[in-house]
Amino acid sequence: MSDPTSPPDAPATIRAIVAGHSDFADGLVSAVHAITGRGDVYRTISARNLSGAELEETLRRAIDETGAQVVFTDLQAGSCTMAARRVSRDRDDVLFVCGANLPMLLDFALAADTTPLEAARHAIERGRAAITSVGGGDAGAPGAPGGPGGRS
Amino acid sequence: MSIALVRIDDRLIHGQVVVGWGQPLDIGFIVLVDDVVATSEWEQELYRMGTPPDMDVYFHAVSEVGEVLPKYEADRRAGILLTGDIDSMLRLVRDAGVRKVNLGGIHHRGDRKQKLRYVFLSPEEEDRLREMSQLGATVTAQDVPAANPVELEDVLRARAATP
Repeated sequence: MSDPTSPPDAPATIRAIVAGHSDFADGLVSAVHAITGRGDVYRTISARNLSGAELEETLRRAIDETGAQVVFTDLQAGSCTMAARRVSRDRDDVLFVCGANLPMLLDFALAADTTPLEAARHAIERGRAAITSVGGGDAGAPGAPGGPGGRS
Repeated sequence: MSIALVRIDDRLIHGQVVVGWGQPLDIGFIVLVDDVVATSEWEQELYRMGTPPDMDVYFHAVSEVGEVLPKYEADRRAGILLTGDIDSMLRLVRDAGVRKVNLGGIHHRGDRKQKLRYVFLSPEEEDRLREMSQLGATVTAQDVPAANPVELEDVLRARAATP
């Protein structure tokens, strides 16, 4: 994790690309920026109105232009993830992460003092661990039989 | 008929298909009809990776569909048949008896003009869609189940600024 007291207006370097359906990427990165002031480590891509081939080309160009080593996408079957898998065929230097969420992108954005690949691996675990639930009775706690709801 | 949706979508298998249509229609399998994908193990693996484990994906060249379609129509599960382009679907209407076609995603290309937010067509493609209709197929545009289907004539009349 980086020092959270670093100046928020430090020169921005794009360290990752966030790609997803509709306003998914802009929305998440906007939230990252509102919380940390570090939304500018990301470049965003929307799949809106792009064919699969255009999306792949857009993603390739974004990686080339920014030098980003990490690409976050939204959905396993989503067209951004499919495009990312196509790009990964000849870009094994780039890490492609599917299933991005806000805790994951916050963790990555704040890890400015580690390499993007290290930051991403840490952020994946943070994003995975951040999924919790509370309440809902037995139906809301499939993983906790006998207990009323999960723990937050 | 077990094929619940016959769709032209140049992204083939993606979120709208697997989740948007797949969940409400309780889809158990996808028939992906594409001459390139049918000969590429790598492409097939790519599309399998994008599909939930409880959904089967079958790959066929366009020329095989007339023969295999009855088997899929007899399947007890609901399925989606996909092509990535209008030419392939016209061949299925001509040769495989397809009579209902969904325009799900035909995106921007140099020779195409925008008709709907998700449908761009070249003049030749417009003619091929008319031919499908003349052959007896009902052609409508609808990207997701919650949207209203747009009749082919309305699609062809539409201009860029319409829905």
